[in-house]
Amino acid sequence: MPAVTETIDTVQSVTEGTYKWGFETDIEMEFAPKGLNEDIVRFISHKKNEPAWLLEWRLKAFALWLKMEEPRWSAVSYPAIDYQDAYYYAAPKQKAKPKSLDEVDPELLKTYAKLGIPLKEQAILAGVEGAGEAPADAGRMPIAVDAVFDSVSVATTFKARLEKEGIIFCSISEAVQNHPELVRQYLGTVVPQGDNFYAALNSAVFTDGSFVYIPKGVRCPMELSTYFRINAKSTGQFERTLIIADEGSTVSYLEGCTAPMRDENQLHAAVVELVALDDASIKYSTVQNWYPGDAEGRGGIYNFVTKRAQCRGRRSKVSWTQVETGSAITWKYPSCVLLGDDSVGEFYSVAITNNRQQADTGTKMIHVGKRTTSTIVSKGISAGRGQNTYRGLVRVAPSAGNARNFTQCDSLLIGDQCGAHTVPYIENRCMTAKVEHEATTSRIAEDQLFYCRQRGLSEEDAVGLIVNGFCREVLKELPMEFAVEAQKLLQISLEGSVG
Amino acid sequence: MLKIEGLTAEVEGKQILKGVELEVPAGEIHAIMGPNGSGKSTLSYVLSGREGYEITGGSVSFNGVDLLALEPEERAATGLFLAFQYPVELPGVGNALFLRTALNAVRKARGESELDAMQFLKLARERLKALHISEDMLKRGVNVGFSGGEKKRNEVLQMALLQPKLAILDETDSGLDIDALKIVADGVNALRSPDFSALVITHYQRLLDYIVPDRVHVLMHGRIVQSGGPELAKQLEAEGYASVQAAA
Amino acid sequence: MTAHPTGHPSGAEGFLHRFEGLRSRLPGARLDFVDALRGEAAEAFRQQGFPTRRVEAWKYTDLRPVAAAGFDEPLTAIDTAPALPPAHGAARAVFVDGRFREDLSQLDGLGYAAANLAVALPRLQGRLGGLAADGAQPMVALNTMLFEDGLVVTVPAGVAAGVLDLVSVATASERPEAFHPRHLIRLEAGASLTLIETATGPSASRYLHNPVYEIEVAEGARLTHARLQQEGDAGFQLSTAYARIAEGGTYDNFTLNAGGKLVRNEIHAVLSGPRAACHMNGAQLLRDGQHADTTTVLDHAAPDCASRQTYKTVLAGRSRGVFQGKIHVHQIAQRTDGYQMNQVLLLSPEAEIDSKPQLEIYADDVKCSHGATVGEIDAEQLFYLRSRGIPEERARAMLVEAFLREAIEGVQDETARAALDAAVTRWWEGQEAAA
Repeated sequence: MPAVTETIDTVQSVTEGTYKWGFETDIEMEFAPKGLNEDIVRFISHKKNEPAWLLEWRLKAFALWLKMEEPRWSAVSYPAIDYQDAYYYAAPKQKAKPKSLDEVDPELLKTYAKLGIPLKEQAILAGVEGAGEAPADAGRMPIAVDAVFDSVSVATTFKARLEKEGIIFCSISEAVQNHPELVRQYLGTVVPQGDNFYAALNSAVFTDGSFVYIPKGVRCPMELSTYFRINAKSTGQFERTLIIADEGSTVSYLEGCTAPMRDENQLHAAVVELVALDDASIKYSTVQNWYPGDAEGRGGIYNFVTKRAQCRGRRSKVSWTQVETGSAITWKYPSCVLLGDDSVGEFYSVAITNNRQQADTGTKMIHVGKRTTSTIVSKGISAGRGQNTYRGLVRVAPSAGNARNFTQCDSLLIGDQCGAHTVPYIENRCMTAKVEHEATTSRIAEDQLFYCRQRGLSEEDAVGLIVNGFCREVLKELPMEFAVEAQKLLQISLEGSVG
Repeated sequence: MLKIEGLTAEVEGKQILKGVELEVPAGEIHAIMGPNGSGKSTLSYVLSGREGYEITGGSVSFNGVDLLALEPEERAATGLFLAFQYPVELPGVGNALFLRTALNAVRKARGESELDAMQFLKLARERLKALHISEDMLKRGVNVGFSGGEKKRNEVLQMALLQPKLAILDETDSGLDIDALKIVADGVNALRSPDFSALVITHYQRLLDYIVPDRVHVLMHGRIVQSGGPELAKQLEAEGYASVQAAA
Repeated sequence: MTAHPTGHPSGAEGFLHRFEGLRSRLPGARLDFVDALRGEAAEAFRQQGFPTRRVEAWKYTDLRPVAAAGFDEPLTAIDTAPALPPAHGAARAVFVDGRFREDLSQLDGLGYAAANLAVALPRLQGRLGGLAADGAQPMVALNTMLFEDGLVVTVPAGVAAGVLDLVSVATASERPEAFHPRHLIRLEAGASLTLIETATGPSASRYLHNPVYEIEVAEGARLTHARLQQEGDAGFQLSTAYARIAEGGTYDNFTLNAGGKLVRNEIHAVLSGPRAACHMNGAQLLRDGQHADTTTVLDHAAPDCASRQTYKTVLAGRSRGVFQGKIHVHQIAQRTDGYQMNQVLLLSPEAEIDSKPQLEIYADDVKCSHGATVGEIDAEQLFYLRSRGIPEERARAMLVEAFLREAIEGVQDETARAALDAAVTRWWEGQEAAA
């Protein structure tokens, strides 16, 4: 048998193995009725005890959404979504805070255990009293976790420590209650309600998400983190995340997710807005491992996300790093609008598609300020019958004198049933700007595999090693804690599918 | 240690090996010489299990194990090492990571404990020093941007780390200057022991000045046509393969 | 049937109106296959009209100036003797306002068949429209609907045909005129031809030159196709070329876009047999007020094929350059070697470039890469030249020339390369004179 065929078989055997993190917790949910109309929007707003302005804001978004058409231009295909056949509000029932892990719903703990979350963090996630104040392990960076368990934050941790610095890190619902002036000032200013079909939908029905505000001159002392999970049947997830880094501040935010196994496709349409003021820096890292569907593509998550950052201040910087291994369909373009002079935008991406997975992802870098620079590094890996598209836009306005962009897009194909596509758009109206784009397509060469195997590596390990090497430029951008998780995911979705 | 009997093999339907008979006892170094196209590289790939070579007959036993039944990595674990004629580049894969991963895979298969990063580094440094290879080599991508000589040195370094029982050197001398040749030879000679053997495949006699073989075999048209002591190599150098052809 | 108001309709409607009036008098009107092709094309064009920017393939080129113009068919006097560009070889086919001029052409005793389309039509059943059969291309449909003439070349197997000049001249006219030549080029197995095409026009007249090419390169044949587009300042040229390259064949296209108000050079090449090769190179040299678009679609539809594309764009004044290039590697096309480079030099703060290089890959054993760079003249290089005593303008010219060199050097045929060199020099001299 030729080596390639064998590789594909290996990949399949790994991929077709059951989704390791596919499980479903059995927790009582409080549902709004199925379907979407103005009353549901009002129900959500009422349930969350929101001020009138926010209800109006949601209703405006809903009105816009009704007039919009679902976009069809990306290189992905999927059956039509029935927006009236889903729940738009689901929340775990709140009980009094448990005193210890013994009092926590064992189902929830099982979920965490399967996800490999350490006991101490489990306690924090489950909202055990006082758990957040426990000192972090020696030598390990503490991570503050805002767990989104379905739509409502179950717990927020490390609050005391962050409060000392004046940092606000809470669910967006809490922020609406406790910091309405900040939310009102920034919400929808980066991604307006009518920006696109899914952003409008999100604006109308978002139930929760994270809110971060870093005050002037503060360097956030820990990585802020959120775990997303999709847990209730037919519950679309509409997180809304808003991060504001005030002048001279620095923050690193981690977003990670796994999802229970499902039979039906689930829509996920989050909106993430980042604002960086003068000299501020935001690093936003994502490891996405939602259920990709079975080998035939049944039951995976639809991940239609709008992520955008505005570098409003001079010398501000936003860096997106993503490792996208899950979901049946991923459709996202984390973007940077570089308004401030000398501001910096970065996008580092690894996207893996296997079996019937489809990914259409990339970024937009909009250069407006002088001497703005952007860097794009995208690594796409296609296996099985996966389709992987990089779609990116670099636009340089006449005002962006001496702007710089560098883009590197590499695709790796494993097997001859998959596809790899590169669709960059370069729109330059500035003479002194310099834009460079490079793209390559290759496969794992038989002689590379053989070389590794001759040295004693199993075929799976060899593929894993080569793929990790292929992704190295992106993986090194991840915070340490995440890098390990990301490598594991590559092993699972490619070792479990390729390596 | 290595016993090849009646080995025949095809590449893309064309018969290349036509009944190779060869025995390399433990502790011995044998040289295989032959003109271009005689099947030398095919033999090394067949022994190491490269795809695309169809074994049509014969057997290869390595310390009592049927080598041909094993996957390439399993062959490596049993102690077979092939020094490639053209080592491939692995962009983005760090040499240190690669070497440690390979070493630990082989150690694990042998029931030995795996080395952590520090232990590995210590070992690698010792080997580098012994081979007069700069430590920089560990930091670079595997063979990426290496000169021909550097690639060969990297092969020798890997051999020194993996401590094989049988090393096959596939025209390792091609394109090497004398200094690099000595490094390769030192690497092999350092491994000499009662349970290490080597199969040195070469077109020229030159390498055999530094790695003195116990036996020399001439491979022509897919068969071993003549065997002898080290003097056979010298004879070939002086008289060329035509003389053997006539004799055969 | 659309009812037409009195007066002169413009846009798609105008063309359809004229087609209805001319249909029975167009060349081949009594040939069923020709009339059927025209009828289908008219229907396709009626349904689509001129492409708008909402069509992804036309995202960066706005055809409204063309649609708004309201063109007539040319009324060229038979004895008009326009100035002709220099000849590159003995053989030449001259078209004035899209119509073949035997008196200005030299196609006798060539050792291969070369004739004008209006005459050759009865023999072209199955060949005409064989490659340009894509109903989703409104400009091609427009051509099929209204073509009057063109060049038909068949080089028999094994014949080295040498150089053939294809000249298109537009003459001055008070009213906007449109012509839609259809050129059919066929090289049989092992044949070779160098086709050097020059298109010129008057500086003040508005006209539309809408040529379509159907190019067949058989096994082991080699076609060099150099196109020097030097249309008049107010002219529109929208060209679409279809090429099919069989096993071991080579198609070497170089297009220089230097003239015209709004220009599109669209090429669809299909590598249909193993080891076929395609080189598509080009340069766009634009002055104030010009818009030029190069759009290429390269289909690797067979294994072991190689393609090379290098396009260079130099933008001065308020000009706009567009490059869209797609390499599509089919699943069967294993061991494809594809390369595409698009480089842009901006000489003016008012220029705009839109570039969209694209890879669509369905085979795994491939080597495909593309690159794009956009920038101004390198300040350090400029300084270095000036510090050696070279005046700034000359230094700039040298650097622009060096920038273009790479694309032109890719042209294998010497005659074609010399013609391109001369055209580039002429462009630069005109540019300096304008500055």
